[in-house]
Amino acid sequence: MKARFLIPLGIFLVVVVFLAIGLTKDPRDVPSVLINEKAPEFVLPDLLDPEKQVRSADMRGRVWLLNVWGTWCPECWREHDFLKYLAKSEGVAIIGIDWRDERGEALAFLRNKGNPFLAVGFDPDSQAIMDWGVYGAPETFLIDKKGFIRWKHTGAITSQLWREELKALMQRLEAES
Amino acid sequence: MRRFWLPLLLAVSFAAQGAIEAYRFDDPEKEARYKVLIDELRCLVCQNQNLADSNAELAQDMRRKTYEMVQQGASNEEVVTFMVSRYGDFVLYRPPLRSSTALLWVGPFIIFAIGVGVLISFIRKRGRERAPELSPEQIARAEQLLNQGKDRDQ
Repeated sequence: MKARFLIPLGIFLVVVVFLAIGLTKDPRDVPSVLINEKAPEFVLPDLLDPEKQVRSADMRGRVWLLNVWGTWCPECWREHDFLKYLAKSEGVAIIGIDWRDERGEALAFLRNKGNPFLAVGFDPDSQAIMDWGVYGAPETFLIDKKGFIRWKHTGAITSQLWREELKALMQRLEAES
Repeated sequence: MRRFWLPLLLAVSFAAQGAIEAYRFDDPEKEARYKVLIDELRCLVCQNQNLADSNAELAQDMRRKTYEMVQQGASNEEVVTFMVSRYGDFVLYRPPLRSSTALLWVGPFIIFAIGVGVLISFIRKRGRERAPELSPEQIARAEQLLNQGKDRDQ
């Protein structure tokens, strides 16, 4: 009979547990529908040389990162040094897409802070970006040798993320034929 | 008085319209469909707004794409499929019924059924329970106790 008085407490505790779980989830972390899908192809003018083009098709047969950035995005500034480390010391192939940006500002940014990208596509009007379902920057995709998206991260790439997740995944994809 | 308010009201309505870009449609039916679509699609940046309400750049891009597709004669389903294949079910305010969303759709009905069940069992139980028979001494004692309480209150 006494246990009846514990029922509201029990319900309360269940609600607390659910709310606590809810607090740990980031509502901005929308799961990508593109994981394990074929990466959308893009052809964009080269940021550094408008005469040239940057094509996703040129990366076929390689494991590479697509990094979406813009000089208007503070997290991208924060992430930049680590991208340089990845490109230089870890030999990671990174293609950038400069999104909704001004060419002059983006060029100055790369000149001052260094350029970790093999190539940077310039996409001021979200022509290519829309196909990738990008809704914020920075956003990074990992594409395998066959041109499939295998991993995606919203927000800056950090050394912790690299150590704990990305490095092993890239090594595994490199081993795939 | 009216002469004073009217220009002000007009100015306010223009300012409100200025937040959203105006698209020209060759067909009023397309315009109506465009309005329905941007009303039903959800912006991913300001997560509790639809495309029509949001002035985020992403919402602008998505509105432009919706406009282009509608103007080229795409059906509502085609536009929705286009958005869902890129941004996921998240862009829909009305999620589709799937195994992963089944609980979302059925959950409220389950909770309602549980509530009705508890209520019915509660009512039945109360109907069966009778006030226990008391002996005259018990009644006298109960009255005494109740009166004691009254005295204290006063």
